[in-house]
Amino acid sequence: MDPLAAIRETFFQECEEQLAELENGLLAMEAGDTDPETINAVFRAVHSIKGGAGAFSLEALVRFAHVFETALDEMRSGRLAPTNEVLKTLLRAADVLADHVRAAHDGSAVDEAHTAELAEELKALDPNGATAGEESEGEEDWGDFEFKPMSVDVPAAPAGPSGWRVSFKPRADLYAKANEAALLLRELGRLGQTTVELDASGLPALTELDPEAAYLAWTVTVTGDADETSIREVFEFVDGDCELEVSPLAAVAAEGEASATPVEDPGETLDIGALLARVQAVAEPPSPQQVPPAAPAPAAVATPADPSSPPDGQGQPRKPEAGATIRVDLERVDRLIDLVGELVINQAMLSQRVMEAGFARASGVAMGLDELEQLTREIQDSVMAIRAQPVKSVFQRMPRLVREVAAMTGKPVRLVTEGEGTEVDKTVIERLADPLTHMIRNAIDHGLESPEKRAAAGKPAEGVVRLTAAHRSGRIVIEVADDGGGINRERVKSIAIEKGLVAPDAALSDEEIDNLIFMPGFSTASEVSDISGRGVGMDVVRRSIQALGGRITISSRPGKGSTFTMSLPLTLAVLDGMVVSVQGQTLVAPITAIVETLLPKAGDVHSLGGSARVIAIRDTYVPLIDVGMALGYRAGPLDATQGVALLIEGEGGARAALLVDAIQGQRQVVIKSLEANYRQVPGVAAATILGDGRVALILDIDTIVAVSRGADSLRAEKRLAATG
Amino acid sequence: MSMTVLTVDDSRTMREMLRLALTEAGYRVVQAEDGLHGLEVLAAEAPTVIVTDINMPRMDGFGFIEEVRSDPQYRGVPILVLTTESDAEKKNRARMAGATGWIVKPFNPVKLVDAIRRVAA
Repeated sequence: MDPLAAIRETFFQECEEQLAELENGLLAMEAGDTDPETINAVFRAVHSIKGGAGAFSLEALVRFAHVFETALDEMRSGRLAPTNEVLKTLLRAADVLADHVRAAHDGSAVDEAHTAELAEELKALDPNGATAGEESEGEEDWGDFEFKPMSVDVPAAPAGPSGWRVSFKPRADLYAKANEAALLLRELGRLGQTTVELDASGLPALTELDPEAAYLAWTVTVTGDADETSIREVFEFVDGDCELEVSPLAAVAAEGEASATPVEDPGETLDIGALLARVQAVAEPPSPQQVPPAAPAPAAVATPADPSSPPDGQGQPRKPEAGATIRVDLERVDRLIDLVGELVINQAMLSQRVMEAGFARASGVAMGLDELEQLTREIQDSVMAIRAQPVKSVFQRMPRLVREVAAMTGKPVRLVTEGEGTEVDKTVIERLADPLTHMIRNAIDHGLESPEKRAAAGKPAEGVVRLTAAHRSGRIVIEVADDGGGINRERVKSIAIEKGLVAPDAALSDEEIDNLIFMPGFSTASEVSDISGRGVGMDVVRRSIQALGGRITISSRPGKGSTFTMSLPLTLAVLDGMVVSVQGQTLVAPITAIVETLLPKAGDVHSLGGSARVIAIRDTYVPLIDVGMALGYRAGPLDATQGVALLIEGEGGARAALLVDAIQGQRQVVIKSLEANYRQVPGVAAATILGDGRVALILDIDTIVAVSRGADSLRAEKRLAATG
Repeated sequence: MSMTVLTVDDSRTMREMLRLALTEAGYRVVQAEDGLHGLEVLAAEAPTVIVTDINMPRMDGFGFIEEVRSDPQYRGVPILVLTTESDAEKKNRARMAGATGWIVKPFNPVKLVDAIRRVAA
């Protein structure tokens, strides 16, 4: 990639980080953080965005960042108090800044009117109106990127003998700032033909010489067509640290011939060099660098113009920039993950062959294989960790969403996030954004009550939406909780009955009613509001979570709020599975779904007519699903006492028992997509390759349960529970 | 042996820009992310010239320049600050602290190399 294009990408990446920093800082201040470092960090974030944007000539971005930065600077210097009102404006400005960054990145359009509006609001924050005027001038400066190098209004050199006479006498300050008279003379030499005259008359007797003082002065004649501006520019850095006079040669000549370009005797110049060298030795200064006027002077006299000598050789840095991260193409990581998957499969196959060959467990071969297995597992874990990223990246998008929805609904909302550092596979993170967005919209729109209702219920006017992430037993659990009114169960039930999702006489537990909102067809376009709807119901949310191998549940308490809990696998590449046999086939059930396994006894299994059966587990009945029949491996039911039941928990906490022929064991399996290699099959989530080289299907437990249960089994289960 | 330039800037974008511009001009580049880090790299690398930003976390450009100038070993090392044209106050503060010169942002590689040539042999 073109290096500049690569830096541009870096810039946009950094912008995202700085936007997050900015938002977090402002939110912290809103929550009462008064640490000066917080406002400093907020200021730096905007300042950095402006700086980078300037380098890439992103003018609109620079302009807005400048206005924003000015307001933040006022706050940083204590002239603007960080009241809630001000912070709200700054947060909205942060959103506009984010829009500008994205617009600059992907070329999308920004809302100009909204930008102008925010810019005006930011300017209005400025406590004194006078500064506002100055600032807008500064803004124009910033908008003007192109070089306008010679625009300073200095009268052009008068006609006549073209050239300048420059008198230059450094003060000690000049050297103290590490400026170097010789280099300035060299720069002058670039502007034309120069004659340099040294005035060493100020040099004291050797014994009185202060190595850090400045004694020398120079007069330089520059001939050619250089103008005064470029001559003065040479001395830009030392302005104030030297005496400087620049006068046109013609004027000087008019003053009198005597003073024009006398050339000092070179012998004396050399003497001074030698003299100073001796002084150095006598005075024993701490460092030779502190005697700046020493050697370079004669050199400058001798060579008029040979300056364009930047150091040669490609400066290859010995020590690379101290950084703990590298950027790697995702494709490479995925290729590595694929290969490690193959390695795991191969290792399993090798183990199986070795066992079949009759090696003892204590044999060297078997022990070596054990070590290989362990190493393989470690490699696999490490490689998976490369793809893991903190959920922060998706959590960060939510504060803005909350602000927008809060503004649309007129409900004051505070978003609390926890566990942003929790890591999970990159793909999981990417696919989390949509469901999370929808759930948070829902939480504010449907979950939280209006401020009036909250007041009536004795709650603070500001609602709280809590977004948390945590690792729990090898999965990531993400919760979206609100402190609103909880699910209106009567209303949910009546909608479900009206839509024919449940029978009018169904006796449903609270939990079951709550879970009705996940049913396809529960939410329809007609009742979808602008905010939470966008035509998507909770069934779509559930499906997208399921597609990630996750589960979503809801718990709700009237008057206290609702909590949606999503449990997702940490990776989509491997799965801990229970390997089972069904009618001669080998299948894999995800272990995370299995609550327990049991051997059914004849008395526990009851037929409900047809093929529907339930099994009594302790004091409840759950549907018994014959996996062989569900997948079409056999026509008639398996005698339950001849098989093994896997008690599983589907989404919504609903339980069922899967009847299989036998359990072969537990194994971590590499997931191979069935859709990518074959096509989607209902009841099958994916496939894997086992140690013996055979393909085994991985069960999609939720689908099997849903298909087998049908609409009636729910009520059947309840009826039995009531009689049993 | 080419000249070594130490750049001190908290922005990754600016660091990459500085590195690109300076290596293309033939300089060897060492980098630091803030003033404190800059002091560490300074001690390890003995650069010929320092280019530093002002606004940085932990130790800003002013603090960094003062620290560098207070060490006799580094008093003669030219320091250029990255600043904006409009901010005369910052430029003056940087000069008071001992900055040798400045580079006006927005960043321009030609101006950068030009400024370095003006302060370093």
